[in-house]
Amino acid sequence: MTLLPSLPITIPLAGAVLCMLFRRNIRAQKGIALFTSFLILLTSLTIFASTKDGTIAVMNVGDWPAPFGITLAIDMLSSVMLLLVGLLAVGVSAYACFDLDEPRMKFGFFPLMLILLMGVNGAFVTGDLFNLYVWFEVLLTASFILLALGGERAQLAGSIKYVTLNLLSSALFLAGIGILYGMAGTLNLADLAHLVKDGARGDLLTMVAIMFMMAFGIKAGMFPLYFWLPASYPTPPAAVTALFSGLLTKVGAYSMIRMFTLVFDSDPEFLHGLILVGAGLTMLSGVLAATAQYEMRKILAVHIVSQIGYILMGLGLFTELALTGSIIYLAHVIIVKTNLFLVAGAVNRLKGTYDLKKLGGLYSERPGLSLLFIISAMSLAGVPPLSGFFAKITLIIAGIQIESWAIVVVALGVSLLTLYSMTKIWAYVFWKPAPEPLPDLDPMPKGQWFVFLLPMVGYTVISIAIGVFAGPVFDYASEAAAQLMNPQAYIDAVLGGV
Amino acid sequence: MEVVLAIVIGFLYGGGLYLMMRRNLIQLIIGLGLLSHGANLLIFTAGGLRKGGAPILADGEKVFSTIPADPLPQALILTSIVISFAVTAFALVLFLRTYQTVGTDDVDELKETETE
Amino acid sequence: MTSIILRTSTRYMFPPLIVFSVYLLLRGHHFPGGGFVGGLFAGSAFALYALAYSVSDARKAFRQDPRDITAGGLAIALLSGIPPLFSSHAFLTGTWWEVPLPMGGVLDVGTPLIFDVGVYFVVLGVLLTVVFALGEEE
Repeated sequence: MTLLPSLPITIPLAGAVLCMLFRRNIRAQKGIALFTSFLILLTSLTIFASTKDGTIAVMNVGDWPAPFGITLAIDMLSSVMLLLVGLLAVGVSAYACFDLDEPRMKFGFFPLMLILLMGVNGAFVTGDLFNLYVWFEVLLTASFILLALGGERAQLAGSIKYVTLNLLSSALFLAGIGILYGMAGTLNLADLAHLVKDGARGDLLTMVAIMFMMAFGIKAGMFPLYFWLPASYPTPPAAVTALFSGLLTKVGAYSMIRMFTLVFDSDPEFLHGLILVGAGLTMLSGVLAATAQYEMRKILAVHIVSQIGYILMGLGLFTELALTGSIIYLAHVIIVKTNLFLVAGAVNRLKGTYDLKKLGGLYSERPGLSLLFIISAMSLAGVPPLSGFFAKITLIIAGIQIESWAIVVVALGVSLLTLYSMTKIWAYVFWKPAPEPLPDLDPMPKGQWFVFLLPMVGYTVISIAIGVFAGPVFDYASEAAAQLMNPQAYIDAVLGGV
Repeated sequence: MEVVLAIVIGFLYGGGLYLMMRRNLIQLIIGLGLLSHGANLLIFTAGGLRKGGAPILADGEKVFSTIPADPLPQALILTSIVISFAVTAFALVLFLRTYQTVGTDDVDELKETETE
Repeated sequence: MTSIILRTSTRYMFPPLIVFSVYLLLRGHHFPGGGFVGGLFAGSAFALYALAYSVSDARKAFRQDPRDITAGGLAIALLSGIPPLFSSHAFLTGTWWEVPLPMGGVLDVGTPLIFDVGVYFVVLGVLLTVVFALGEEE
């Protein structure tokens, strides 16, 4: 038990080191990456099993006692996020082994991917604010290189925006940490929560909270700080975009949930109200921007923004039910969005373009792929009985419960517009006949094609399963939300009841 | 002393943000550098300025004879300096590559990926 | 760049710089110093070499690919966290062994030192990767 919470960090690191040592041997790298991904999934399953009864797994790295050293603390929210990372790791690395071009693999895609996973896992596991900053930087640095890898014109232009805005957000984050340390004299999250509860510091605390909101808001893609996202996400290959869309913005959303339930919960009327307004505008602006797009990847990328709005909506409403909705939504959107990007990548592999106006007729050519797309797309829009429906309905009921009508109306409206966007892709890419018949660029034999589709099939099955087993999923999420709403257990677990 | 440092931090932030809003890539990177220095100095100041010895116990001592300086902000700053060193190095290479590929160092010309 | 003064002085400066970097690495546990500064020093020595002669000469002098050194350093740092697990302590807990010296006396060797050696190589490797890559752009 002393080792388990550190494994989500050390396993990807070990895998990355091995990949770096086998730099010239791509086959070996593929094997290592796949094996490491399975190990990550296995570890996260073990952690999930050991925390699902509500225990909080705590580990003090290097045996330094809690508020002084770096603490790793895994509660139910963390462990469900770790599980999602594990699922994503396996699917995306399998897809990348198949789809990614040779030069990018040679240049270190696999070690970078594993380091990115290490950073993401670290951010989910850590119980220390500065350590969270460090993990953010680890995953950002890896993502910078993954984004620019290949050096195409659009990629470089997108990378510059991404790098600049993320560095700005890091500077804000760091400044917030500095002020918080000056106020409290500690950066251990549990200790901070403890101290903030004892003596509320009024205006300065609110100001620091807003700095953190902006820092995480940039990373999560919250209104009005999301403009880097549609500019950079659609530029790299599908495997990279899928990884990014599944993990990066969600780390921002996770950190926001963590900080605003644990530390900044003293003034919910103002702070969470602000988040709620931001959430509504995020949903709206994302979905409206998508209506004007005619490029498959871009539509999906702008939709990431509006999905983030739903996750933040739960935090903004700040009731147990609402947070339950946020957690289900996080799980749902990570799986579904990744899957949609992988399907888009498959379309591009077949036809060599993402342009809705050039594509067409894929339904008759590739019914299997079309089925995978339509299930995920309908799930994203919130059609019952798929995963998105239960996530959205939970959030909306939570909104009705506290009579926050505006956000409920926005959430419902955005849901309809999402359906419109998804049917647009469906109609253009799969249903209508192609304007000019496009040749298959890569006519794979049947067996190979099936292996290629395997990760997508897996994600689709998971998405359906979240819908079918909505009961257990809801129970788990509501327990996790209860943990978030009553942070005393977390504080006690980390500080040992001091 | 805090006042002086507060003013310096203000200048660093102001200068950094001003440079970031310029169109030139090199100025952008200098602006990012200034911003991270400002944040470091902010941690240093917020951590408390104290004249005191290094927080190392001499041989045979059980408690500090004078109040030592708080080592944690310095450890944080050292970490963040290392991080910003690495990130700046990467950004320099990225900007150089961009300049070579796109042929301009004007941010406004990089409109390839804009969503219209 | 072909400055005879720089070249000659580099030839004399280079060995002391490397030795000094190792000195910094070893003194790091109790005094200011450590793997990070040490690695930076060693890296600067090779960077100086690259300035005085050329990047390809410096690459030859370094013999290894800096990326391998980075990976090796990471591996060492990671492995240094494992020994405390055998005495049921948390990952990365400082563990010490007393190694008897042949001339009498004991030498304390601990996992923090091993970790520092890892850091030394990581910093050296990363620094040289960057310096060599940027230097070859010209």
